[in-house]
Amino acid sequence: MERQRDPNSHHICSIEKIIDETPTVRTLIFTDEVLSNVLPGQFAMVWIPGVNELPMSVMITQEKDKAAFTVRKRGEASTAMYNLTVGDYIGVRGPYGNCFDIKDGKLLLIGGGTGLVPLLRLITFCKPSHDITLLMGAQTKEETFFEDLADKLLEKNKHQVIAVTEDGTYGKKGFVTDVLEELLDENIFDAIYTCGPELMMYKTVKLATSKKIFVQASLERMMKCGIGICGSCCIKQDLVCRDGTVFAGDYLMKNDEFGQYYRAKSGVLEKI
Amino acid sequence: MKPTLSTSIGTLALERPTILASGILGISLDIFERLYHAGAGAVVTKSLSKEPWDGYVNPTIFSVKGGGWLNAVGLSNPGAPNFSKMISSNNEVPIIVSLVGSVEDDFGFMVKQFENCKVSAYELNLSCPHVAKVGLEVGDDVELVKKIVKKVKSDTNVPVIAKVGLGTTNYLDTVGAACEAGADGITAINTIRAMAIDVETQKPILSNKIGGLSGTPIKPIAVRCVYEISSKFDIPIIGCGGISTWEDAVEFILAGASAVQFGSVLGEQWTEVFAEINSGIQNYMEQKGYSNIGEMIGKAKGS
Repeated sequence: MERQRDPNSHHICSIEKIIDETPTVRTLIFTDEVLSNVLPGQFAMVWIPGVNELPMSVMITQEKDKAAFTVRKRGEASTAMYNLTVGDYIGVRGPYGNCFDIKDGKLLLIGGGTGLVPLLRLITFCKPSHDITLLMGAQTKEETFFEDLADKLLEKNKHQVIAVTEDGTYGKKGFVTDVLEELLDENIFDAIYTCGPELMMYKTVKLATSKKIFVQASLERMMKCGIGICGSCCIKQDLVCRDGTVFAGDYLMKNDEFGQYYRAKSGVLEKI
Repeated sequence: MKPTLSTSIGTLALERPTILASGILGISLDIFERLYHAGAGAVVTKSLSKEPWDGYVNPTIFSVKGGGWLNAVGLSNPGAPNFSKMISSNNEVPIIVSLVGSVEDDFGFMVKQFENCKVSAYELNLSCPHVAKVGLEVGDDVELVKKIVKKVKSDTNVPVIAKVGLGTTNYLDTVGAACEAGADGITAINTIRAMAIDVETQKPILSNKIGGLSGTPIKPIAVRCVYEISSKFDIPIIGCGGISTWEDAVEFILAGASAVQFGSVLGEQWTEVFAEINSGIQNYMEQKGYSNIGEMIGKAKGS
């Protein structure tokens, strides 16, 4: 008989399918019922045997009991993960963290890059009555991904998907936060949810809270344990792994590390 | 009147006997304040070195199938100079500063960094089992232990506590050396050298391969050590190892501990564990007719 699964021990899965999203981003699909059902904002610690372990938001799939990670090759660990092939093993533990509090009505989702992962999962928890605007940012047309998937997920809802690229090669030109300002001038949203680069989230939260709109952000920090022991991911008195990853905007605006500082591996605070 | 939870380690007086163990969360003053308000009698910082240390590559912490936690964080810390600046504004939380180094001058340098900070005690890490040339390797060298304890004692007036663990030298000899050199207290024990291998991938899970085991499985070993130390030496002891309930804490006190430390339990429960253990100890004292912790210390030894 299989021992009851301990969320803090590694559960070994093998990669079954790989989707190339962009020249630098891949989605790795595997079978795991537990991770396939996580809440939007939750994450898993992913062990790449012999290499490293990374905190990753869990990506949705179109199949029951399948989960996925969408990874951009950047550092040594994420590049090793990106380079995994079908049949390779990963060890997952979790899920960890809290989740977005989904309000009724007209929602605005703002994400950049792989920060779209928890927002797409959020969409799968929405009702047909939700009116959803997804604002998605990328550097270039080549690096824009998940647009078709988002359209498909939202087909039963009143919705719009707005792509924004920094170089203007696709969709609107500029930063998502520029488009956000225009959207907020013309629409009344009941809630805003954001995940992506911290400065994008900072601008989003600042703007939304100044207009008294309910806003939540899913934060990222250096993580080692993922369970509130090591303290690596602390942002003032809060642990991103345990008290987050999702925090309310008005609470974040009182935290002077948000949008400003990031803790290095040693724990030294560094300017973002 | 409710029994009092106050206790002391030499001249270090604590309102409550529950202390955050070293290595756990001890990275910012904001967290220390949070844990103190959650009920911690004191907090021990991460072990600080002369310079910032990144620690090991992940995986660094996970739970062992069947029980307990395995870690090899590698003593990551921002370094004593950065850390002392960060806690310089503290005037509320009893902070025990944990120090790690290889020779007595390392410790002297670090103590100097805290001259202008409110430090309640120093805890010397003579027992981390997974970093070379510090921690347990220092604790195994009784002559070096004497030099280090003497150096820190001569450089500060606050209590100096030696944290010992199970290395290759009989740990009671390390305790003896610390006592002889004037230590004010002993913390026992640290994690125990251990390893886990994943059978599917056939690889050690920790990046450092070998780390330290903590949590429930090591509790009976730690209780034995506290019992042995308190039977042999007349020195205040802080019991540490696998505490997750008030019964565990009481067990250590009955074995001879004046206070307890814990940390791994925070991976399963959260900050409320301090208040839960405190109130559990207090209810036990009320039931057994104790008015203060001192009356219970070492009770299991008989006399």
